[in-house]
Amino acid sequence: MSTVTQQAGPAIPAGSAHPLAQRRPLGDRTFQIVALACGLLVLVILVLIAFSTTQQALPWFQAEGWKVFTNNWDPATNKFGALAFIYGTAITAAIALIMAVPVSVGIALLLTEVVPYRVARPIVYVIDLLAVVPSVVWGLWGILVFAPWIGKIYSSVGSAVHGIPVLGALFGPPTSGASFMTAGIILAFMITPIVTSLSREVIATVPTIDKEGAYALGATRLEMIQGAVWPHSKGGITGAVLLGLGRAMGETIAVALVIGSSATITSHLFAPGDSMPAVIANQFGEASGVFRAALIGLGVLLFVFTIIINIIARTIVGGAQEQGSA
Amino acid sequence: MAAITEPQLGPNLREAAGRRRTKNRIATVLMVISFVLVLIPLVFVLITVIAKGIKIMSWQFLTSPIPPQVLPANVGGIGPAVLGTIEIVALATALAVPLGILGAIYLNEYGGKGFLARLIGFFSDVMTGVPSIVMGLFIFSIWVLHFGFSGLAGALALGCLMLPVVIRSTDEMLKLVPNPLREGSYALGATKARVTMTVVLPTAIGGIVSGALLAVARAAGETAPLLFTILTVTTANPNVFSGPNTSIPSQIFANATSPYPGAQDRAWGAALTLIVIAFVLMIAARIITARFTRFSR
Repeated sequence: MSTVTQQAGPAIPAGSAHPLAQRRPLGDRTFQIVALACGLLVLVILVLIAFSTTQQALPWFQAEGWKVFTNNWDPATNKFGALAFIYGTAITAAIALIMAVPVSVGIALLLTEVVPYRVARPIVYVIDLLAVVPSVVWGLWGILVFAPWIGKIYSSVGSAVHGIPVLGALFGPPTSGASFMTAGIILAFMITPIVTSLSREVIATVPTIDKEGAYALGATRLEMIQGAVWPHSKGGITGAVLLGLGRAMGETIAVALVIGSSATITSHLFAPGDSMPAVIANQFGEASGVFRAALIGLGVLLFVFTIIINIIARTIVGGAQEQGSA
Repeated sequence: MAAITEPQLGPNLREAAGRRRTKNRIATVLMVISFVLVLIPLVFVLITVIAKGIKIMSWQFLTSPIPPQVLPANVGGIGPAVLGTIEIVALATALAVPLGILGAIYLNEYGGKGFLARLIGFFSDVMTGVPSIVMGLFIFSIWVLHFGFSGLAGALALGCLMLPVVIRSTDEMLKLVPNPLREGSYALGATKARVTMTVVLPTAIGGIVSGALLAVARAAGETAPLLFTILTVTTANPNVFSGPNTSIPSQIFANATSPYPGAQDRAWGAALTLIVIAFVLMIAARIITARFTRFSR
């Protein structure tokens, strides 16, 4: 033993590093670089999406210029003004949000403030089930079952309000089972799970002491929600709503099946329309040249819209969560 | 429900009186109604898909070739679509899950709170919001235009959708691994790569696998990214790397607008298949989470 220590001792030349502080092995550094590369892949893919799709869409932007934002879509005569699809996307997403947001926030409050954990868990399971129903199944059910059924309601409502100033313009004839409204309703079903779960996360960060303070002052549960939960979580819920908006705008297959595929701008919500993702899905197969460039260009616009909405939403939600955990 | 209508024993001093109580009750009832409103479409969709799908469902349906749409429901099945979905989703999983886990390892083990890690984490969240049809157009632009339609192209599009989901769910799980475990291994002289592979990952594996399964469940139901990448044919293509392919959701989309009852029935059968696949993956994820939670907390 003593000889070993005597040999090890003088073996270190003065001035060099201690043997335990050796260089990191090659494998360890390689692993770090591979992991970093995989992380960077996210940024690379996002840049590539923007670059490659814009490149393919260039012929459309060059051919139409600012006229891409006009209401004039006629592939037969090479007219590709896409305003009708942007309008349809906005209208259907608005209908979806108007229906889904109150319901989602209601469920989120029910889960966090009203029911005990053992009741909340099965409710969360049910909401998760809603989230795993694929888009194409919503579309199949929407076009074969839901649209024919609700089309009858549209037509009776339509004939009832026909001629009345505002109501007639919104809900009057022409009516069709496949319409802006049907697409909006199906979208509402589809975005409810994400808005609910994000709202729930945000509401869960409200400090217990604020809530107990409200109760201690004699507040009812509603008053506690108004006074303690709402001021603390309204920002985060706004973010959750924006994420729902992003989902609703990008949703393709279900909308493509139930919206009616008609490039029209109309105030009639029960009339058939079209949306940006739906027209891409429905017309891409027969497209070539500028037509195809125009459809890819719609994808570029969709990408830009949803990226901006998501960046704003994630900034808000992230801020709310950090505030909650701090 | 039990919590809402508790039996009242004597005067309840904690509950407010009059209008305030009424408003509070109304608010609670509205919350319950919102849940019921969500339940209705879910129940209707599930009942319709199960009732219409079960009539046509059989082993023969799942394995037979896809017939022309005019033929009645008792002829043929969705065999090529089942094969295509298995090929494409398996390849997408093989691409996205390892890359996603490694990306999450960078975020959690190496990047920490640094600028780059926060940037990547933020844009992973943003990327989960990119519409699936944009992923399809992206792969069409950079892959299909040069190399043609193939199952691989579809898998690349699905992989792009899965990647940020896997990164985020894995990152959440790695955050739950207690630091003393890492410190203990460092104290024994292990390198960072070794600590990650032999201590951190095995500890979090339950959560990572269940997160990956949920990503697979989501990808298996996607149609939009496949429209422009696999072309949707009706013949079976066992070669995932070349030639047009098909998938269960693509076949449903093709049959949904068909006027022929036989084609519609096959779409319902395919929808039932798809929902069963998604539910099985979801339940598997739950079981794995439940079994491994005690190790990862």
